[in-house]
Amino acid sequence: MNIGLMQALMSGLLMGFVYSLIALGLSLIYGVMDVVNFAHGEFLMLGMFLAYWFSVLFRLDPLISIVFIIPILFVVGVGVYKGLIKRIIGGTRISQILTTFGLSVFMANMAMFLWTPNYRLAERFLTWTTGDLPVFGVHVGIPEVIASVGSILVFAFAYYLIRFTRTGRAIQATSIDSEGARLVGINIDNIYAITFGLGISCVGAAGVLLATFYYIFPYVGTFFSMIAFATVALGGFGSVEGSFVAGILIGIIESLGGFFISPAVKYAIVFMTYMVVIILRPATGLFGW
Amino acid sequence: MPKISRKTIMIVLLYVGVVAITPLFSKAPFYRHVLIMVGMYGLLGVAWNIMGGYTGLYSFGQSAFFGIGAYTSTMMLVKGGFSPWIGMLCGGILAAIVAAGMAYPTSRLRGPYFTIASQAFARTFQILMTNWDYVEGAIGIPLPLMPDTWRFMQFKDKIPYHIIIFSLLGIAILVCYYIERSRTGYYFRAIRDSEQVASALGINTVRQRIIATMLSAFFTAIAGTFYSQYVLYIDPESVTHHALSVEIVMVAAVGGAGTIWGPVLGAAILMPISQYARAALGGAGRGIDLIIYGVIIMVIALVRPTGILGFFQRERTIEGEGGDDIGTTVTADTGADDAVRGSLGQQ
Repeated sequence: MNIGLMQALMSGLLMGFVYSLIALGLSLIYGVMDVVNFAHGEFLMLGMFLAYWFSVLFRLDPLISIVFIIPILFVVGVGVYKGLIKRIIGGTRISQILTTFGLSVFMANMAMFLWTPNYRLAERFLTWTTGDLPVFGVHVGIPEVIASVGSILVFAFAYYLIRFTRTGRAIQATSIDSEGARLVGINIDNIYAITFGLGISCVGAAGVLLATFYYIFPYVGTFFSMIAFATVALGGFGSVEGSFVAGILIGIIESLGGFFISPAVKYAIVFMTYMVVIILRPATGLFGW
Repeated sequence: MPKISRKTIMIVLLYVGVVAITPLFSKAPFYRHVLIMVGMYGLLGVAWNIMGGYTGLYSFGQSAFFGIGAYTSTMMLVKGGFSPWIGMLCGGILAAIVAAGMAYPTSRLRGPYFTIASQAFARTFQILMTNWDYVEGAIGIPLPLMPDTWRFMQFKDKIPYHIIIFSLLGIAILVCYYIERSRTGYYFRAIRDSEQVASALGINTVRQRIIATMLSAFFTAIAGTFYSQYVLYIDPESVTHHALSVEIVMVAAVGGAGTIWGPVLGAAILMPISQYARAALGGAGRGIDLIIYGVIIMVIALVRPTGILGFFQRERTIEGEGGDDIGTTVTADTGADDAVRGSLGQQ
C-alpha cells in the first residue's frame, strides 16, 4: 500500500476517535432528553479555551488540566441545563432549535468579544508529548496520538458510567421511557441535569485534547457542530455504540477525501456523505435500529 | 383569487407611505444604509418565513440561495454583460431549481433533522464556491463600475436602492398575502402543524414542501443579487457565510415566524441594533451585535416562540399527544393583522 494512503488512513483514524467522543455527547443528550443541542460545538470551543487559559495562567499542560476542566464543564453543563435547557424540554421544536442556536451564537460571539478572534494553541509543558512516532512506516504526531488515546479513555469511562452504574441505568431508563422512569421513582430532572453535564464534559474533554494541535478560535465550534451532526446522523441519533463507529468512519472519510480529491474540499465530502446517509436512512443512521 | 378588500388597499398605501417618508428623516448616508438593510433582511426574513414560518421547514441554509443569487447575476454581468435585472431573474430561477434538488431528497426529514441537513447543504455550497476557480474562489469578484443607470442597477445615491429593495419586499409581502389566503397556504400550515395528518388528508406533502422551498429560495436569491449590486463586491465569505443564514432566521423568529409582517418587524428591530452597534464599537465591539442577537433569540424562544408579533395575538394551545414533531402550540391565526383575519372570516 502506498505510504501517503497509509498516512491518510492513520491520521483519519486518530481524528476519528476524537469525533466519536464529540458525537457521544450530542447523541447522549438527544437520546435521553430529545433535544438537539445546536450549541454543541461551542462547548468544545469552551473546552479548548479553558485548556488554553490553564496553560497560560497556571502553566499546566492540557493533559493535567483536563482533570480540572472535565468537572468544570460538568458544572457548566448542569448550570446551562438548569437555567435554559430545562425550560425547553418537551417544548416546541422551533423553540428548542432557536434556544440552542441562540446559545451557540451567544457563546461564540462572547468568546470573540472576550478573547478576540486570534488563532491560538495551548502550550505543552510535558516534553515527551511532542514530536512524532513512527508506526508501520508512517509518522504520526504524538499530540494526535494522545488526543485519540485520551478520547478513547474518556469515551470508555462515559460508556462505563452509562452502562454499568446505577445512575447510568437510570439514564438509560429515562431514555427508553421518561414517564415509566418517573413512575419507578427516578428523579427525571436530576437525570436530565446529569446527562447534559456528562454530554458537555465529553465534548469539552475532546476540546481540551485538541487544544495542543488544533487552532483555538471563537468560531471553531460551529464547524465541529456540523461534524458532530454528521457523525451522529451516521451512527443513529441516541446510539452510543453508533457514535463510536461513526466517528471513526467520519475521520477516515475526511482524510481519504482529502487524499484522493483535495484537502480543501474534504469537509464538503464529509457533509455530502452525511446528506447521502440521511437520504437513505433518515431516522436511524447506518447503525440504528 | 381572493377579493381585494379596502383594508388591503389601506395597508398597501400605508406601506408605500412609510417607505417613501422614512429616508427623508435624515440625509445621513448611514441612516439610509440602515433602512436599506432593514429592507434587505426584511425580504430575506419574509422569504425564510415561507419555508420556516408557514411550512415548518426551519432552514439554516438560506445563505446558499443568497449566494446563488449574488453569483449568478454577477457572473452574467462580468462575463456576458447582461443587465443585473436579467441576472436577478435567472439567479432566482436557478436558486429555485437548486432548492428543488435540495428539498426532494430531504423531504422525509422533519424538525431539527431538516435544520441540520439545510446547514450541511449550505456549508457544502460555501466550500465548493471557495474552491471554484471560475468564480474566483476565495478572492471574490469586484463588480465592474458602471455609470449611474437603472439598466445596470448601480447608483451613487442610496435612494434608488431604497426604492428597489422596498419594491421587492412589497412584492414578496403581496405573494405572502396571496399564499396565506390560497389553498397552498393552508397546505403549508397543515404540514407545519402535523405532516402526518396533512398527508392523511390527501395533501402531497413532498410536493408542497418543494414548492415552499423553491419560493423561499427564489426571493432569497433576489436579495442576493440586490446585495451584490449594492455592495459591488462579493466573495464566498460575505454571500455564502453561515452567519448570514443565522441572521435570517433570527430576523424572522424575533418578529414572528408564520406571520406576514413579523419578519419585517424583526428586521426593523434587529438591523438598527446590529448596524449601530457595529458602527459605534468598531473593531473593539466585534460580535457585540451577535451577542445581543443570541440573548434576544433565547428570550423570545423561551417566553414567546411566536415572536414579538405573538405578544399581540391571542394564543390557543392544542393539547396534542406529541405524535407530531412540529409542536403543539399554534397561534389562533397565522394572519398578522386584522385584514387577514377579517378576510378569512368572510370566507
